[in-house]
Amino acid sequence: MMEIFQYEFMQRAFIAGVMVAVICPLIGVFIVLKRLSMIGDTLSHASLAGIAAGMLWGFYPFWGALIFSVIGAVAIEKLRKTFSKYAEISNSIILSAGIGIAVVMIGLAKGFNTDLMGYMFGSIAAVNSQDIYIMGTLSLIIILSVVILHKKLFYIAFDEEGAQISGIAVSFLNMYLTILTALTVVVSMRIVGIFMVSSMLVIPVAAAIQTGKGFIKTIIISVLFALISVIFGLILSYYLDIAPGGTIVLLSVAILLGVLLVKALRVRK
Amino acid sequence: MDMEDIVLRGENISFSYDGMKVLKDCSFSVRNKDFAAVVGSNGAGKSTLLKICLGLLKQDRGKIWLFGKPIDKFQDWDKIGYVPQRILNLNLGFPATVEEVVSSPLYTSKKLKNLSKKDKRSLTDKSLKAVGMEDYKDRLIGRLSAGQQQRVFIAKALISSPQLLVLDEPTTGIDNETEEDFYNLIYKLNKEDGITIVMVTHDYTDIKSMVNRVIQITDGGVLMNVQKKRMEINHDGDISI
Repeated sequence: MMEIFQYEFMQRAFIAGVMVAVICPLIGVFIVLKRLSMIGDTLSHASLAGIAAGMLWGFYPFWGALIFSVIGAVAIEKLRKTFSKYAEISNSIILSAGIGIAVVMIGLAKGFNTDLMGYMFGSIAAVNSQDIYIMGTLSLIIILSVVILHKKLFYIAFDEEGAQISGIAVSFLNMYLTILTALTVVVSMRIVGIFMVSSMLVIPVAAAIQTGKGFIKTIIISVLFALISVIFGLILSYYLDIAPGGTIVLLSVAILLGVLLVKALRVRK
Repeated sequence: MDMEDIVLRGENISFSYDGMKVLKDCSFSVRNKDFAAVVGSNGAGKSTLLKICLGLLKQDRGKIWLFGKPIDKFQDWDKIGYVPQRILNLNLGFPATVEEVVSSPLYTSKKLKNLSKKDKRSLTDKSLKAVGMEDYKDRLIGRLSAGQQQRVFIAKALISSPQLLVLDEPTTGIDNETEEDFYNLIYKLNKEDGITIVMVTHDYTDIKSMVNRVIQITDGGVLMNVQKKRMEINHDGDISI
């Protein structure tokens, strides 16, 4: 079985996969608890527009995704204030704008190709060395930010007003968290694909919450669940020759169902 | 009136929401060691006034002073503990232990964030003991009863040793017996520990015997600030008897 690690592209896929498995739940736990689960979907559609722009104008699509998703993140926060009574509207607007721009640009770039498919559904073979360096740098920024700010982000997620009164810069940190989410989406899209990034942000966290532990333990468990999904997902994807994104997401759903089943059996006892 | 003794003061506060006047020229003051009740009918603007006092909302006109400083220059937020109207809003599935909730201000307070882990833990224990919840430290917050949850929020508010404790309808969703225990706890914090209390409540009769100051807001924003013993009345901030 260890033969899959002989291939350089698989080594890169595993390195990238581990990064994704760590950063997605780290950010996901805050967006789930702030009831912003849709934001991953929104930002991934903004990234798609960036990728299409890169393909149309001939620059590295990763940069396009990064720029568009960060712009999308800033726009979501601004719109959330404009539509303060309808917080979800900001997500819908940016998601629609993202997919609209992407469709137009994909059309102008003369349609779909395998590279685009790789970004949309994830690909093992697509991760190159340049991707690994950029993903590594972004992952480091995300992990360090969460390590430094997790107490403040926890306070905001639990009690935003209380956090504001205690002197925390709530608006700034909300914006920063949204930008970190944008970075997470961009790092993750290579392996799990744009359409499934949101699942990786939400499902391992949803499963970990069901185990009924405190905050720090919930984060640790969600990272473990994500690691299991990604590692086994990549192995299955290699041997069965299926898209890694879908396999990883289906495994994480299976873990969630398993946790729910164990919980239900315990309640019966 | 000795100005240094005043913990919270509002002068001619007006506030509109979506073009509707909620508060109009409200003036009031709360002194050190007061137990003040903010009373008034539903929708009179009690919680709005509280939010303005804490800087969560910005008034259209008027000024707020906290511990003698204008609110926009006030930095010493450790001096204030806030207990929100929580029970109805709390996400019962939130994965946080009582200890994690109570200790959260320790990591944000300028004064306390550099304490050692051991000191932080002992401060958390002390706060939980003050509200009789020391045995619940490892429990999930969502699995406690409404009354216990509210005690935990008081422990959280007390952890930075505040001089002023602000509570927004803290007994919403709590049964009568627990409510009485809760009021006794607040009264003890006021009488024995000397903490100034400002509590928004819709049911003044229950705490009538405990409070020494009443800030009454009536529809239209007229406000009376009555110190019960001295019967000092400010009406629209202009009239003093």
